[in-house]
Amino acid sequence: MRQPDGSSTHLTTRVDAMLGWVRKNSLWPLPFGTACCAIEFMSVVSSHYDLSRFGAEVVRFSPRQADLMIVAGTITDKMAPVVKRIYDQMAEPKYVISMGACACTGGFYRAYHVVQGVDELIPVDVYVPGCPPTPEALMHGVLKLQEMIQQGETNYDRLRARNADPAASPS
Amino acid sequence: MTVSGPETPTRQHPLAELFEADAAPLIEDAADNHTVLTVDRGHLLEVLRRLKETPELDCDLLLDICAVDYEDRRPRFEVVYHLTSLDKGHRFRVKVPVEENDPVVPSAYGIWKAADWFEREAYDMMGIRFDGHPNLRRILCHEAFQGHALRKDYDPAQRWLFTDQETMTPSWTDEEGEDDGDHFEAQVLNLGPSHPATHGTLRTVMRLDGEVITRADAEIGYLHRCFEKMSETHGWNQVIPYTDRLNYCSSHLNGAGFALAVERMLGIEAPPRAQVVHVILSELSRLMDHAVCLGAVLVDLGALTNFWYFFQVREEIYGLLESCAGGRLTVSYARVGGLAHDVPADFSERVRYLLGYIPKFIDDVERLITTNKIFRDRTEGVGAISAEDALAWGWTGPCLRASGVPYDVRKAYPYFTYGEYDFEVPVATSGDCYARYLVRIEEMRQSLRIVRQAIDDLPSGPVITDDHHAALPPKEKVYSEMESLIWHFKLIYEGIKVPPGDAYAFVEGANGELGYYIVSDGGGKPYRVKVRPPCFAIYQAFPHILEGHLVPDAVAILGSLNIIAGELDR
Repeated sequence: MRQPDGSSTHLTTRVDAMLGWVRKNSLWPLPFGTACCAIEFMSVVSSHYDLSRFGAEVVRFSPRQADLMIVAGTITDKMAPVVKRIYDQMAEPKYVISMGACACTGGFYRAYHVVQGVDELIPVDVYVPGCPPTPEALMHGVLKLQEMIQQGETNYDRLRARNADPAASPS
Repeated sequence: MTVSGPETPTRQHPLAELFEADAAPLIEDAADNHTVLTVDRGHLLEVLRRLKETPELDCDLLLDICAVDYEDRRPRFEVVYHLTSLDKGHRFRVKVPVEENDPVVPSAYGIWKAADWFEREAYDMMGIRFDGHPNLRRILCHEAFQGHALRKDYDPAQRWLFTDQETMTPSWTDEEGEDDGDHFEAQVLNLGPSHPATHGTLRTVMRLDGEVITRADAEIGYLHRCFEKMSETHGWNQVIPYTDRLNYCSSHLNGAGFALAVERMLGIEAPPRAQVVHVILSELSRLMDHAVCLGAVLVDLGALTNFWYFFQVREEIYGLLESCAGGRLTVSYARVGGLAHDVPADFSERVRYLLGYIPKFIDDVERLITTNKIFRDRTEGVGAISAEDALAWGWTGPCLRASGVPYDVRKAYPYFTYGEYDFEVPVATSGDCYARYLVRIEEMRQSLRIVRQAIDDLPSGPVITDDHHAALPPKEKVYSEMESLIWHFKLIYEGIKVPPGDAYAFVEGANGELGYYIVSDGGGKPYRVKVRPPCFAIYQAFPHILEGHLVPDAVAILGSLNIIAGELDR
């Protein structure tokens, strides 16, 4: 950094913190929207709530181009292989927000064709409750995820730490 | 033709002479303004054909086919057909008893193409086989599913594991295409279920010759979340939150329709104020639904701006719904007998504000789109369907009206206070994507017109019936009066006691006739709830419309039909 008087100063940081800061402010969500929550997700990215204020408005429907999967809506047994496959197609680092009661736990569909929480299939970082959650709640979820990315507390970070040193953490 | 003798007095029904003596069904008039015909399966097709072809009966629209499992009765199953004549206005319910050990009835596909998916659904859910159906396989549940979920002896929570390898591909995808040397090799393209233009849950497999679709098949059920089974395990009012999630773009319409159906079975009516509020919120919901449909189809065609405009309209209406019910999207505001609670004090002001606010957005979109050359090139003549075909497939609602049939439940069978308002039913004639766009735009204006008249004479008074067989007494009376306390206790513990029997009630949903066929056994829960989802009938024609179109047309057609997965798959 060049100061007005010509001298230079340094900003020191860890690579991890730098990467976390970059990643958290440029989340590209893939809306895996199946049901009512997807309509509420549309509200979140529309002008009134405007998710772009938090750097997460570049919605991509291709898993190759996204790093945040927002599961918005009920996941049925018929849909389960699709969710799994799309999650697998996303490049790392990748994060998952489970939006709404159905994605979190199956919601009030305790039924013969409904997955009782998408964490049966893929690891979830942030659960946003509600049926559907209000846009504010989803935005809170995104902010929470950003915090977790910065702190290195996401499932991705944990998995990476475990792969680097299998003996270290039992989590 | 002779009418049978006095020993079977019910066959004296005036319609009986229209049927052959030996095939004559048992005819009764039901309380829900349906004529009920009970027929054995050997004569089913003959009776159905008569119903369609006899000029006095003229049943051109097959609305619904479903099966009911009467566990304690013999024969155990009953297959139920709902038919109507648009010109005559009369409605028929045809019942066919079916034995458990031989659950086969002939397929009605040859009479109405609409039978196609409805019969597949009855097979999937109840295990009734339809003899002669061209493609009788599961439709809602996945391929690895065992058993038939809506049978009474099926455990509501029993799931079956499903893996990628078991995913269905239509048999024709393996067939060799015709190779005449001039054409490209036939190619199979899978669209969806996770694709931005398929709204997340619809899958279409198509065979292409170059870019032209030569054959297509639609796979649904990716959002089958067991609405009907859940209804059987919940009390009457507890079903209303589930109905909200049928067509979640216009949730109040569904809840109000279900409440109306149960009210009719109970023989009660919601108070006038509740009915007018139902109308206002229903029309605003319809407008919201059309807004999301048009916004989405325009995004799919590359016009993003309108989506933001329409979502702003939705946000404003959400504000009103939130002030009434507490929820934005899924409101659960209707109750059997009226509304959960009264509207807020500033309801009229809020509605009048919306009436002033919304038209500008509709006008803006119209200015951008209606004469836009790109949009017209993409939609005019694309996905056209004739009135006859639309009726044969069981279409209703804006899509049918875009083909020139002016059928609208609000006009044909007025419910709530719709009979008091002055409004037009917009009709277009070309039946293509552009016509469906025009109809929806005009319907939004007509909805506002209805709301304007309704809010001008919003009556005062209670919003829920004082019949305590259906609705709880006010809380302050529960604390001070013995009788109210007893009513409260009985309703909470036993639920609403709907008289045993069955009824079909229907309202104009955002996509067409939304019907509820409800069977009650007199208990605190519905015995069977069958929804007649308008999307289901519309979407079964989609693969057939696609043939001969280009791949990008498929996106335009799908968007213009406004398929809402929650309602399609339930």
